[in-house]
Amino acid sequence: MSQKLTPQQLTELARRAKSIRGNIVRMVTEAKSGHPGGSLSAADILTVLYFAEMKVDPANPKDADRDRFVLSKGHAAPVLYATLAEKGYLPKEELLTLRKINSRLQGHPEMKKIPGVDMSTGSLGQGLSAANGMALAGKLDARDYRVYALLGDGELEEGQVWEAAMFAPHYKLDNLTAFVDFNGLQIDGPISEVMSPLPIPEKWQAFGWNVIVIDGHDYNAIYDAVQAAKNVKDKPTMIVAKTIKGKGVCQMENVAEWHGKAPTREECTTFLAELEAMDD
Amino acid sequence: MGKELATREAYGLALKDLGDRNKNVVVLDADLSKSTKTNVFAKAHPDRFFNVGIAEQNLMGVAAGLAAAGKIPFVSTFAMFATGRAFEQVRNSICYPELNVKIAATHAGLTVGEDGASHQSIEDIAIMRVLPNMTVIVPADATETKQAIDFAAEYKGPVYIRLGRSAVPNVFGEAYEFRIGKAALLTDGTDVTIIACGVMVAPARHAAEQLISQGISARVLDMASIKPIDKEAIIAAARDTGAIVTCEEHSIIGGLGSAVAEVLVENTPVPVERLGVMDTFGESGTPGDLLKKYNLTEEAIVAAAKKVVSRKPIK
Repeated sequence: MSQKLTPQQLTELARRAKSIRGNIVRMVTEAKSGHPGGSLSAADILTVLYFAEMKVDPANPKDADRDRFVLSKGHAAPVLYATLAEKGYLPKEELLTLRKINSRLQGHPEMKKIPGVDMSTGSLGQGLSAANGMALAGKLDARDYRVYALLGDGELEEGQVWEAAMFAPHYKLDNLTAFVDFNGLQIDGPISEVMSPLPIPEKWQAFGWNVIVIDGHDYNAIYDAVQAAKNVKDKPTMIVAKTIKGKGVCQMENVAEWHGKAPTREECTTFLAELEAMDD
Repeated sequence: MGKELATREAYGLALKDLGDRNKNVVVLDADLSKSTKTNVFAKAHPDRFFNVGIAEQNLMGVAAGLAAAGKIPFVSTFAMFATGRAFEQVRNSICYPELNVKIAATHAGLTVGEDGASHQSIEDIAIMRVLPNMTVIVPADATETKQAIDFAAEYKGPVYIRLGRSAVPNVFGEAYEFRIGKAALLTDGTDVTIIACGVMVAPARHAAEQLISQGISARVLDMASIKPIDKEAIIAAARDTGAIVTCEEHSIIGGLGSAVAEVLVENTPVPVERLGVMDTFGESGTPGDLLKKYNLTEEAIVAAAKKVVSRKPIK
């Protein structure tokens, strides 16, 4: 009983994702530092969440009943900022202030500064615990909001992730859906070579999660998995999304070096032209 | 003065009482609820008590998430694990976003006793005090503990409350009112001021009584509010008495003594003697034997007061 997205929705999502990707490239170029690779790999997941699923209102960012999103891999701040700007939380022009002095757009997300950021993150391994707390509060208050979290695959090497992994099923947090952005690369190289967290789905299953493995660039697959998670009782859901680091920019795709490197202005022009030529 | 109660015992009772009054209060523990006394709350309010297991990093993160969603979480474990094991979670998930989490850490200091150095947190005041947005309170007795807990629940922002394992005498009467950022005057005097916190407050008071018979008039301040600290009281003490002794069951580096010295050096430099654990780890032993061995006694305070008075410049 999968609920498919309509052709109009799919076109809309592709348009939004393209705009978000373009802004990721622009803002990191302008900042002269930042993390484009893992931002581009997660762009489709955030696009589906913010434009097809989450109950959020930029006019009322602190609404107690809103859905929450925790970017546990906080270095992917550009994708979050670009998505929030796309949604109307902040002006798109402001994106070019990323990482600059006096900007709200810190190198890693700060919830006190930016409307729509539900948790300050950046130090890896901490986001899922906070998402646990938000989901637990939702249960305590009998509110029907859902909590989403996005983790990096390299981030799974942090011990705290597994403390949090134990907690959510123990307290039956079925209002929590997390993603692993499974792009296979971390700063120093392939995750399997640096310190393998593999196999990923089996680990989460063993910890008591409902696990769904998808193509993290397929809007229907992302959407279906999110819907399926809502129908699971007493268990949190982990969506292991197979993605491509740097997705959308050929030169960046699957290149670990683009984890934390800014394009030059010339590269930026090339990358934006390539993104523009992408099919909607 | 009178009956002895550990501040952790007072915490358990205060927390249960707070839970009766405030439905927004939730309590988290990391498999030490019988020791931290959050089990008193858990028994009364099982629906608002959550054991996270032996996982202090997640403990702090879950509390941050609960606070972000409007709850008032009190989290408890031993001071060693709350501030050491989970330091970076306290920093980045709680203090940086300024979330409304209350960390009530028990078994602080040498008076953990027989468990030994691995469990004796003598660094926690220093490492909580350095964090922006953090409030740090070290209650001296059961009365002050209850008031600190009630204050923390009303205050919006992160609070660290340092509690002890061993029974301590009651210092304050029922009428005592804890005020954040304010020292409590226990005894007034003119020759020296003894500034103490936690388990050292009762001996400080006794030391002042001893000093009278030796011709030294000592003021005694309870400085439970380590951050914010009562600058006015410290400066006034320096002006009025011209010499300061600090005492704490904590490393000599970075705790109460350091905080007091910072205020003095920038305002009214006067001779200071600091009593604390001298840049060394503790060891197993009874709380009383440990306090004696590490020079945290009434006698040590008397000696420090005499020494600091002798260092005062001749007028």
